[in-house]
Amino acid sequence: MLPFLTRRLIVAVLVALAVSGIAFGLMFVAGDPAVVLAGQAGRAQDVEMIRQAYGLDRPVLIQFVAWLGRALTGNFGTSLYFNIPVAAIIGERLPVTLVLGSAAFVLAMLVAVPLGILASLKPGGWLDRFALLLAVTGQAIPSFWLGLILIVVFGVWWDMVPISGTESWRGYILPVVVLSYYAMPALMRLTRAGMIEVLGADYIRTARAKGAAQARVLLVHALRNAVLPLVSLAAVQFGLMLSGSIVIESVFAINGLGRLAWESLLRSDLPVVQAIILILSLVYVTLTTAADVINAWLDPRLRSAS
Amino acid sequence: MTRFAIASLLGGVALTLFGMSAQPALAGKADDTLNVAFALEPEALDTYKIAGREGLILARHIYDGLLYKDLDTGEIKPALASAWRFVDPMTMEFDLREGVTFHNGAKFSADDVVYTLNTVLDPNYGTRFRISVDWIEKVEKVSDYKVRIKLAKPFAGAIEMLADALPIYPAAYFKEGGSAGMAAKPVGTGPYKLTEMTPGIRYAFERFDGHYAGSPKGKPAIGKIVVRTIPELNTQFAELLAGKLDWTWRIPPDQAARLASRVQIVNGPIMRIAYVGMTVTAKGKDYPTKNVLVRRAINHAVNREAIVKAFAGGASQVLNAACNPKQFGCAQDVAKYDFDPAKAKALLTEAGFPNGIDIEMVFAAMPRPVAEAVASDLGKAGIRVTLNEQQFAAGVQKWRAGDLPAFFTNWGSYGTGDVAFIISNFFGGGADDMVQDKEVIDLVTAADQAQDRALRQDNYAKALKKIADQAYWLPMYDFNINYGLSASLVFKPHPDEFARWWLSSWK
Repeated sequence: MLPFLTRRLIVAVLVALAVSGIAFGLMFVAGDPAVVLAGQAGRAQDVEMIRQAYGLDRPVLIQFVAWLGRALTGNFGTSLYFNIPVAAIIGERLPVTLVLGSAAFVLAMLVAVPLGILASLKPGGWLDRFALLLAVTGQAIPSFWLGLILIVVFGVWWDMVPISGTESWRGYILPVVVLSYYAMPALMRLTRAGMIEVLGADYIRTARAKGAAQARVLLVHALRNAVLPLVSLAAVQFGLMLSGSIVIESVFAINGLGRLAWESLLRSDLPVVQAIILILSLVYVTLTTAADVINAWLDPRLRSAS
Repeated sequence: MTRFAIASLLGGVALTLFGMSAQPALAGKADDTLNVAFALEPEALDTYKIAGREGLILARHIYDGLLYKDLDTGEIKPALASAWRFVDPMTMEFDLREGVTFHNGAKFSADDVVYTLNTVLDPNYGTRFRISVDWIEKVEKVSDYKVRIKLAKPFAGAIEMLADALPIYPAAYFKEGGSAGMAAKPVGTGPYKLTEMTPGIRYAFERFDGHYAGSPKGKPAIGKIVVRTIPELNTQFAELLAGKLDWTWRIPPDQAARLASRVQIVNGPIMRIAYVGMTVTAKGKDYPTKNVLVRRAINHAVNREAIVKAFAGGASQVLNAACNPKQFGCAQDVAKYDFDPAKAKALLTEAGFPNGIDIEMVFAAMPRPVAEAVASDLGKAGIRVTLNEQQFAAGVQKWRAGDLPAFFTNWGSYGTGDVAFIISNFFGGGADDMVQDKEVIDLVTAADQAQDRALRQDNYAKALKKIADQAYWLPMYDFNINYGLSASLVFKPHPDEFARWWLSSWK
């Protein structure tokens, strides 16, 4: 297991570096950051001054190496837009994203996995049809629209929850529901499909023939094998939720990393964009690595293969 | 169906649901708090490094300048300076007001003016718009309450700039913390002090009881202001209807009409105008727009009246001169090009293009439907347009490189009511000038540098006349803004896009 983990760690760091490098280059390909920073009222001479003031006149590679050098020592620089340290901004917004993403992920899993298992017991039954209906609507309804409808009903009509912001924990209720509703269908479908496949396997018949209880058959024998692909998908879904759904953050005026990344990209706030990309790429590789480790633990065959 | 159309449709459903909501409450009147929402995040509140309107609005509540422009009367009033005069054409002298206190308790004096302005005019400081300070050579202290500004060049816009656009910071505090310090904890002499800030997200203000007597901004009627960023307009509307918001702006015309029966919608014209710039001269390029007949054809081909009516609405109007009529010097006695596709075709034929022409038009910071309407009108007159939407930065880069025959965008003149802030940029011979008409450049430069208002007006008028005669631009229309207000708020919009909440009150 240790060599496997070491290899994955090295790959993780290389991936994060590669993503950072590509992102840095793309920022320049997308348009001159100095022009973006100068704003719509910026004249050519303002652009020139900004280019020099922020060192944007140096070769992109040199700028990247300089940024990397600082980032490795934990210095992510100062936001060009807010004129305060990037670490302070991220420190402000990361917790919001962690709470939102984690809560939505947990809720999605709590609904998707039991529902997927129950639906698989009687394919075509009423519960299965209900679960599939839930999945189809979750996939089909645009999350910004669902968000707005919930805002109107629960925020405007009934005034039960805040409409925007996360000044109190109640502000998380609607966005968590919408985000999890969006993530739930894929998790549910995969659980259901995996369970249906596994429940038809010989070893399940054997377990049942030996008189094992239904709960034991489902949770110990079947689920362990059925969840292998689910673990990988869950890691990606969790990553998506942590990188933030820009749409949901916008609708509910939640100031998480996703929207910060998007806004910073539009305003060419290079230090902020780079720091977020580094963090998110590390999150993704950590999550996918964790998924591989969990799968290896669940299925000994994978361990020997690795 | 495009994503925009789907979003509009679904937004419409949501708005219909809003219409079924209960009566809005009184929002912030009950606790004397003006609840404001912006869609965009305000920048760091060091005015000198801000480009966005949101941050500038907040900054004007925190800071004061030497002078103040009363936009309702057009009068320049004393602010931190109690009087001012030109000692000679290149020297301005200011008597400063005594007894003014900063939010941190520091006493205002000449040192604050000298240190602030000398610091921000140093190129190393990185003042965002050089045009705002590059006319100052240096600032000298004459006595504790008297300063002199030595001009680096004659600049007719000096008074406009000093009127609240160049705020004065407390010298000792500014020296200690620099720009970052001002951004982290802004301190000024303004009518409101900042009490709480989560950068870009939430700003809380409290009326500054120590604000100097006799300020042209007056004593604010509202005690507290809370500004939040709510990027999604539909969410803003929900807050407004639920009585949790008192002020928001930039509401699209169709949505303003829907909301009008539920909340106060106030419409006001602004300084920003839409235009199509055309390249006359660019190195190595030979665009059809080089030909004056083609440019005139373009002017005749677009049905601007219909476009304004369909898309801009409100107080917007069709423009003829290359400026906003609300600006000083924006002469209206210029050539007018009526909508006349037949004449446009005839002009093209006369120019040697009987089969029409093909041009690329990039549009940026303009709604796609408006650009499509312009392109469609041009197409009907035989001017086949390849329409290309770009981010403003990318578009303006191509424009400055001379890679575009036509660029459809807008310009806000920094919210300043003087044509110096528009035609000097586009026709004064600089990087944005793809016309490079020597006669116009000379007229504009002379007007920019003169102090005599009549002379300035005369020179600008001549320049604008030639710009229209030669159809260097297709001036489109001026913009208007819809403000959404709670029923209990009194708010007056101003054309410079600066919300003045210090003038607001409760009904």
